[in-house]
Amino acid sequence: MRLIDYANPTRFLGLVARLLPWIAGATAVTFAIGLWLVFAVAPADYQQGETVKIMYVHVPCAWLSMFCYMTMAGSALGTLVWRHPLADVSAKCAAPIGAAFTFLALATGSLWGKPMWGTWWVWDARLTSVLVLFIMYLGLIALTETIEDPVRAARAGAVLTLVGVVNIPIIKFSVEWWNTLHQPASVFRMGGSTIDPAMLVPLLVMAGAFTGLFVTVHLMAMRNEILRRRIRAMRMIEASRAE
Amino acid sequence: MLGTHAGFIVAAYGFAVVVIAGLFLWVGLDGRAQRRQLAELEARGIRRRSDVAAGGEGR
Amino acid sequence: MTALLALFVRELKLATRVGGGALMGSLFFLIVVTVVPFGVGPDLALLARIGPAILWIGALLATLLSLDRLFQADRDDGCLDLIVAGETPLELVVLVKCLAHWTATGLPLVVVSPLFAVFLNMEPTAIAATTTTLLVGTPALTFIGAIGAALTVSLRRGGLLLAILVLPLTVPVMIFGVSAATAAVSEPVPFLTPFLILSALGLFAAVLGPVAGAAALRFAGD
Repeated sequence: MRLIDYANPTRFLGLVARLLPWIAGATAVTFAIGLWLVFAVAPADYQQGETVKIMYVHVPCAWLSMFCYMTMAGSALGTLVWRHPLADVSAKCAAPIGAAFTFLALATGSLWGKPMWGTWWVWDARLTSVLVLFIMYLGLIALTETIEDPVRAARAGAVLTLVGVVNIPIIKFSVEWWNTLHQPASVFRMGGSTIDPAMLVPLLVMAGAFTGLFVTVHLMAMRNEILRRRIRAMRMIEASRAE
Repeated sequence: MLGTHAGFIVAAYGFAVVVIAGLFLWVGLDGRAQRRQLAELEARGIRRRSDVAAGGEGR
Repeated sequence: MTALLALFVRELKLATRVGGGALMGSLFFLIVVTVVPFGVGPDLALLARIGPAILWIGALLATLLSLDRLFQADRDDGCLDLIVAGETPLELVVLVKCLAHWTATGLPLVVVSPLFAVFLNMEPTAIAATTTTLLVGTPALTFIGAIGAALTVSLRRGGLLLAILVLPLTVPVMIFGVSAATAAVSEPVPFLTPFLILSALGLFAAVLGPVAGAAALRFAGD
């Protein structure tokens, strides 16, 4: 099974029809296990208390906001280098989903920040760079929605996505530099590698569940987009016949 | 059970549920609309060039 | 080489003749600087403190607003198709167009910024530092903006979209430009560290902008 074999949309739709129930089922089961671990098993943090439970949605959403952008970057390469016909379908469908998860990461981060920091928003390095990422998602969607011709829209979006990939590390770095300059004392720091296994396992399970959710929605959206293009082609045939 | 900040935890999870449900609703309704239009076009006898050979396995 | 030089001269002539609108950017810059004190109040100490930031934001907005004409005029009269199909590498053409555009619109912003800094009660060191950072930073803004201009070239009302696409990418330039300018007067960091990073960003943008802009123009054509 090579990737190019699935350049044929009909074959791709067949594959999706076969795989989707399994992926959706696995996602649902992982979510059930993850939520059970979070609410029944995972301990409360000795500093943050039960508020740490917000982490189990916040961190997977933040992870997905990056993962989704990377999916779009891979698709952008597929569009520009190999002209793979499914690549621009994949990129176009990933953008709104990525924007939704980035928004969730911001919203849950804010809800986590209010009890921890005492305000809804701080110009913390991590929050700020996620905000910039969110704006970039919206810009990408605006660009591809504004250009009417789907092929041109896909290529313009692909160029912008790749420019974004090059810039995201620079933005991240500069925002961190800016942040340390203005807020020398870190208000609150998440454990990083020192996180306790009792919390790490539920977090990983939830991250897996969210990733499965992304794959499910992404495949469904891609199926819709393929049908939409098919309808567009059929309408054009109909119009040319009517002449 | 959720401590002093239960409201925030519930709000965070509730928010996530709403946004994810919104995603599924968007994808589901969009898919239904596309399928209906495709069925309409097929009922009117429009075929894609490649479908003449493949026999219309559009789903 | 002669072709590129001819292009540079042509761009400059087009920008500076009547209807070119090269000085419009500086006028807009003046208006932004004038409006800020109405918003934050005429507190001279406060204005001196946030002066570099005001000048940088003004320059950023003025650069962005003038960018949508970078390729659009050429597209309207058909020159763009000739340029894309021509022998000269498109990346170099974009680079030269950016340089000419910066000379016509960016350089005047840098030249007038010391004057505007006086309005904002900034001290001489801060004025010198801000002008230097603007001199190094505004070309980077033009190069990054060229990507947005190339992406939105086929759109009738691309100006606002261009600003939306480009602004997130200019965040690093903005951060290090303002940091270097404020570092010259306040203590925590030396001036040179952020200034060198700003220069590096400028050089990086000089590569990324033309390459990505040329790619976008090619894909918009066929």
